[in-house]
Amino acid sequence: MPSGVELGIIVLSLKVALVGVACSLPPAIFFAYVLARTDFPGKTLLDALVHLPLVLPPVVVGFALLLLFGNKGLLGAWLADWFGIVFAFRWTGAALAAAIMGFPLMVRAIRLSIAAIDRRLETVARTLGGSRVWVFASITLPLALPGIVTGGLLSFARSLGEFGATITFVSNIPGETETLPLAIYTFVQTPGGDAQALRLSLFAVVLSIAALIASEWLTRRSRKTAGADDRR
Amino acid sequence: MIDVDIEQRLGSFDLKVAFRAEAPIVGLFGRSGSGKTTVVNALAGTSRPRRGRIVVNGETLFDSARAIDLPPNKRRLGYVFQDGLLFPHLDVESNLLYGLRRAPAAVRVIDPEHVIQLLGLKALLHRLPDKLSGGEKQRVAIGRALLAQPRLLLMDEPLASLDVPRQSEVLRYIEQLRDDLHIPIVYVSHAVGEITRLADTVVLLADGKALAYGPVDEVMGRIDLRPHTGRYESGSVLETVVAAHDLSYGLTTLRFDGGELVVPNVEALVGERVRVRVRARDVSLALAHPEGLSVLNVLPATLVAIATEEGPIVDVQLRVGKLPLTARITRRSMHELALREGQQVYALIKAVSLDRRSVGYA
Repeated sequence: MPSGVELGIIVLSLKVALVGVACSLPPAIFFAYVLARTDFPGKTLLDALVHLPLVLPPVVVGFALLLLFGNKGLLGAWLADWFGIVFAFRWTGAALAAAIMGFPLMVRAIRLSIAAIDRRLETVARTLGGSRVWVFASITLPLALPGIVTGGLLSFARSLGEFGATITFVSNIPGETETLPLAIYTFVQTPGGDAQALRLSLFAVVLSIAALIASEWLTRRSRKTAGADDRR
Repeated sequence: MIDVDIEQRLGSFDLKVAFRAEAPIVGLFGRSGSGKTTVVNALAGTSRPRRGRIVVNGETLFDSARAIDLPPNKRRLGYVFQDGLLFPHLDVESNLLYGLRRAPAAVRVIDPEHVIQLLGLKALLHRLPDKLSGGEKQRVAIGRALLAQPRLLLMDEPLASLDVPRQSEVLRYIEQLRDDLHIPIVYVSHAVGEITRLADTVVLLADGKALAYGPVDEVMGRIDLRPHTGRYESGSVLETVVAAHDLSYGLTTLRFDGGELVVPNVEALVGERVRVRVRARDVSLALAHPEGLSVLNVLPATLVAIATEEGPIVDVQLRVGKLPLTARITRRSMHELALREGQQVYALIKAVSLDRRSVGYA
């Protein structure tokens, strides 16, 4: 059983990952739809931009986030002044880093499942009187659900393991930004901390397996509603 | 009333189609690649013509000159695709009601119960589409389009993905809903048999142009259009009324303007209108009324035209009463009988050659 401190680290990690996934889901669905269904000049550029966090060293992403969303950063100062949202050295910053790092994986999975939907189904729905928005909500979204679940899980798993961007952007502050990987790293660096590091690593394994099982179950459920499986 | 005059460019393909048709069922006929689907998509509003005008029942759906372009969901045209395209995540009932729920209350005249009964869908309501046969899927697709309360039904090769028994099953249902719901239908097909059985007016498309449009027997019977209507399939369509049944032999007498036709296996009641398609190769010619012959149908006819093309086979255009009839004979027979235009001849049609598939409800 995890101790109080360990439990705090686990809860913080889950919170960061879940908030990151939840906040990146709507924009990910938007970009996935745009990339799968539309054609416009500059699409390749947008595609590359979305994939950037996947190919850049995480430290570079973290540094970029620091420049943009730091207290003196372009967006950071503006967000803090107008909305009171602060990312720098807060758990929200860790969630932002996690969301950004998981974003390409999420978009890829959702984009694939949207591209696999027969466009003529959307056409039929339009001729049956559905507006664009309604057709998206009633046809496209439910049929893309398996991809959305997969994308969500990939991003969640990526978030749980996020290290480089997080430590660069929001540092390693116990109780605020010290997620599981950061805590393990700290214990490994501390003389005699190996046993603690091992314990935390085991919790990480348990969490990952639990996430996998949960996603399996969710995927099966969403397939059922998406009709790829038998309902009765 | 459908009034179409559109131009569109699709890659290297130029489409320029104009026709006007007023009929319960308008057939859009042409080989694949002739532009049929493009015309239907323009009607449905899923692709936008470069220029032109589309008017259905007095309502302008598209007019490039007046910058009118109703979105597909405002056009109220029910579109039935070749392969049904049911929503895979919804059961049959939700599929059927998808369009109905979006239709304004003021235009709701087609009742779900009626459609479910008409198309025999009662037992399927709670099934998912992947548990349906091809014919069942197509029936659900037709019902779904109908329940969206369309002013016109567009059917793009609705039988193409079905096997022959399913085809006649769905054809029967289409005939029933035409008679029952009085919904005009634009029926797209490359199959002469379907067009002649269902359509009243036909538009013949080839290479992105409407070559001809008019009553189905007139267009399909024209010898000059034969390269497009097809040689093998060529034939004529006779509009007839059931006159009498001969129960002892299982034969039915059909009456039309200009004569009578004896046919086996007709299920229609006396007085009902049926449409018979007579293949040109099933029609023989005689100069005098033959005696001692097994052929039941011997019809006096006037020879109207002889096709001019080369080869051993010649199509001869006849007129029986007021109806056109095509006979396919050898060039040798034509010479031996010394056939010429304006001549009085007898057309011989074996009753046996008119099978169940050549007779449909009109």
